[in-house]
Amino acid sequence: MSKINKTIKLFIAGEFPRTESGRSWPVYFYKTNKIFAQLCKASRKDLRNSVTAAQGVQATWAARSAYNRSQILYRMAEMTEGKREEFKQILEKTIGMTKVASEKAVDEAIQAFIYYAGFADKYQQILGAVNPVNGPHHNFTTLEPIGVIGLFCNTKFNLGKLVAHIAAPISIGNSVVAVLAQEGAAILAPLAEVFATSDLPKGVVNLLTGELDELLKPMASHMEVQAISCQTHEVHILGEVRTLAAGNIKRVIPPTGNEVLSLEVLRGYLEVKTVWHPIGV
Amino acid sequence: MRPFSNSSPVDAVGIQERADFFTKRSLKKESKVSALYLALRMCDLTTLEGADTPGRVIQLCEKAKNPMPPSVFHALFNDFAGQSAFAQIPSVAAVCVYPSTVAVAARALHGTGIGVASVATAFPSGQCPLEIKVQDVKYAIDQGASEIDMVINRGAFLSGDLQQVYDEIVEVKRVCGSVHLKVILETGELGSYDRVRLASDIAMEAGADFIKTSTGKITPAATLPVTLVMLQAISDFYQRTNKKVGMKPAGGIRTAKQAIQYLCMLYETLGPEWMTPDLFRFGASALVNDLLRQITKEVLGIYTYDKYFSVD
Repeated sequence: MSKINKTIKLFIAGEFPRTESGRSWPVYFYKTNKIFAQLCKASRKDLRNSVTAAQGVQATWAARSAYNRSQILYRMAEMTEGKREEFKQILEKTIGMTKVASEKAVDEAIQAFIYYAGFADKYQQILGAVNPVNGPHHNFTTLEPIGVIGLFCNTKFNLGKLVAHIAAPISIGNSVVAVLAQEGAAILAPLAEVFATSDLPKGVVNLLTGELDELLKPMASHMEVQAISCQTHEVHILGEVRTLAAGNIKRVIPPTGNEVLSLEVLRGYLEVKTVWHPIGV
Repeated sequence: MRPFSNSSPVDAVGIQERADFFTKRSLKKESKVSALYLALRMCDLTTLEGADTPGRVIQLCEKAKNPMPPSVFHALFNDFAGQSAFAQIPSVAAVCVYPSTVAVAARALHGTGIGVASVATAFPSGQCPLEIKVQDVKYAIDQGASEIDMVINRGAFLSGDLQQVYDEIVEVKRVCGSVHLKVILETGELGSYDRVRLASDIAMEAGADFIKTSTGKITPAATLPVTLVMLQAISDFYQRTNKKVGMKPAGGIRTAKQAIQYLCMLYETLGPEWMTPDLFRFGASALVNDLLRQITKEVLGIYTYDKYFSVD
């Protein structure tokens, strides 16, 4: 029997739809003209549907116990392990990684899932605080998810960082709409299946492939998106993102460098709340 | 001959295909904007909960008058004030409540031209004797209801006692007098399109001013195919009697997109004469915010947040 290829579609609200626009763009085998796959070119409507899904589920996801979120993230690591070959094949064929490099990239992705799974029930203790204040009050710094995060990924493909910037926000209780960069975008296929088979509630993670220029504006101006994580290296867009983000006072998370396992990544996706409580009441 | 013995059978496959067709249209921007405004004017803003309080009903009435708070309207649309299409956000058609809060709603809406619709006749089950149903209606009208949404006696309908169903509607209509009567078929409990058609015919023959799909208390509530069956019944009734009966799909219509699909279907089944709040209503609550959201999207070009307008 001849080998059949997987159709790579989008990942919205836990489902695998084609883009409603019907458009696609080809991904080639590294440095050849041979087509590896046709990817969906997501439209503004796909983005809107993703945000609606992410927004609808965010509160219930955040209300899950940290322990439960942790377990679900750990399962993502397990699912990634099971798809190791598929991840590696895409990295080698579409961006020309060596076998050693692709092995390392998948290791890093698995590490990232496990790292943020571990922190899901620990970041409060580490990043939160009991603050000394002058007066008869307790003063606590507590940490909350921001809400819906719009993620624009690295232009230079980096699987570990991509996973870190999805795993970190969802470990806290955010939901994510990620626009993958064009390089390595075919990774959407196995990655989406990891999220779809980890008991993650539908809509917590949504993955889109498409053109940055087309999706940037509707995402950055969308009133239901509470933060934009701008990990792309195209720094010229940062100014435009900041301007559009001001409409609903979105947080803009600037590029963090290439850290994969870092509390600093986690800190970017947290809202800090200070609570005053009278002593003795 | 009984007035409803010649009810025509429904081609279920045909109806579903025809209804499905309305979900695959694309609309030009100008048509979309006017459809959104029209849909807003056609809304019966509804609260039918055990937890309804006078405070909640007053809040709903304020929303009925100004679906978009004036302060938000000015903040959002200031730069567009000159554009007539976006000049004003209209009020909704009516507020729909239980009889016990009709007086509160009537007071809050006095002088606004917004109707006060009251469900009655032992809503939502309709399971009580006719005398009590009649009293329920009388009470709602005394309290100031300008429209009555009654439920048909499904128990009688499903056991084949169509005469009783008919007689009850006639009696309620007699009590209503000039007050508009909407007859809820609760199509989700009827079981087939043929029965929906039959119930529609009975209701219209008995004097309904509107026929309405559902109470909103059970699923499935309003769907496109069921509404299409009812619209066709209205069309046939109009041709036979020259009386225009209104239509109210209710329950499950949450998005502007759905509302526009209903309006397309209305236009193509009954024509432009029915494209008015006098003859078509949406029984909805969540729909209003989505309509506002889409209107804002058309004006400003950005996607907004439904809670921006009100937290219901």
